[in-house]
Amino acid sequence: MLTCVRSAVTGVARSSPAAELPDRNANSYQRMSASWPQHIFHELQAARIRQVAYVPDAGHSQLIQLCHADAGMRSVSLTTEEEGVAMLAGAWLGGDRGVLLLQSSGVGNCINMLSLNQECRIPLLALVAMRGEWGEFNPWQIPMGKSAQAALEGAGAYVYRADAPADVAENVRAAAILAFQSCRAVAVLIGQRVIGTKHFTK
Amino acid sequence: MSPAPSKLLNRRAATARILRDRGDALVVTGLGNSTFDVAAAGDTPLNFYLWGAMGGAAMVGLGLALAQPQRRVLVFTGDGEMMMGLGSLATVSVEKPDNLAIIVLDNEHYAETGMQPGHTGRGVDLVGIALAAGFADAVTIRSEQELEARAPKLLAARGPLFTVIKVATDPTPTALPPRDGPYLRSRFREAVLGVDAHR
Repeated sequence: MLTCVRSAVTGVARSSPAAELPDRNANSYQRMSASWPQHIFHELQAARIRQVAYVPDAGHSQLIQLCHADAGMRSVSLTTEEEGVAMLAGAWLGGDRGVLLLQSSGVGNCINMLSLNQECRIPLLALVAMRGEWGEFNPWQIPMGKSAQAALEGAGAYVYRADAPADVAENVRAAAILAFQSCRAVAVLIGQRVIGTKHFTK
Repeated sequence: MSPAPSKLLNRRAATARILRDRGDALVVTGLGNSTFDVAAAGDTPLNFYLWGAMGGAAMVGLGLALAQPQRRVLVFTGDGEMMMGLGSLATVSVEKPDNLAIIVLDNEHYAETGMQPGHTGRGVDLVGIALAAGFADAVTIRSEQELEARAPKLLAARGPLFTVIKVATDPTPTALPPRDGPYLRSRFREAVLGVDAHR
């Protein structure tokens, strides 16, 4: 039981130190498709994304590594997700497109800051790695897993969902077009079925 | 509680002094009096006023500073707005944008909402927090002489800079800039990006 608790604590990548990038081999997700994070990365390159703001999440760990390794992208680790909403608004005011990478549990942190996007019609592209749904073991993830989409829509954002690896890239592509060409806040929810169910017992 | 107003700087005069020589510097304001202070110093498309989004001013400044590394970016905000975004001091410190200066007009109160006492008048030291977060240059300004010495640095010294200006709670004349979001963002982007603003 103690082992289970320990691994649960270390396994939650949102709370891992920002200075160290998550090790893609260290996460305990199962059924991870090797390709969909790379497909997202290529879509971000095609959309001319220059600033990447993120709160670390295991589901985004490979994408975060790819973004950090790209000299054309400035990747910024946040202390809380709403910082990224504000930062990317400033980025767009200065001519840079950005993307926010977060976990569903961070959606609630963003709500008031999304008034920037709704009132000023400033674009936001957000990619949300879902927890608290398909096969979730941690009940504390359930509330935001359940309410992330409704919360985003209530705050004026448009929401696309990808529940199969093959659907991820085209959702990101369409979201980027809606965000940057129609100046709207758009979130793509990447379902837990795509990311994989997290296991904490080794 | 607070020192006598006569001993404290006037927020409008301090803001106007800093912006007197701004040139083409870009300015982001936190909601409330900081927005009004910057507007009173002279409305321009190069000002982006927040009328909400409390806690976001420093991070809007960071994203802008990273996007426009050749331009100076100044953030003017209040102590309450800064308190709501304390984590952003850590994020800005890690990113070290050398063209960003954050200026907190600190009256130690929530003046907009009924003059409730804020944290900074009750022992919380924003400059101490900024220094602990890793800012190499963070100071508190209390006098005209200190302001005169600091003002040119805010426009030219290597950032990120963090500056708290202790100001009075004296009433200020109404100075409301435009608040229509699409207007503010479009005129700002046109002024900064020219025709690229519409691509």
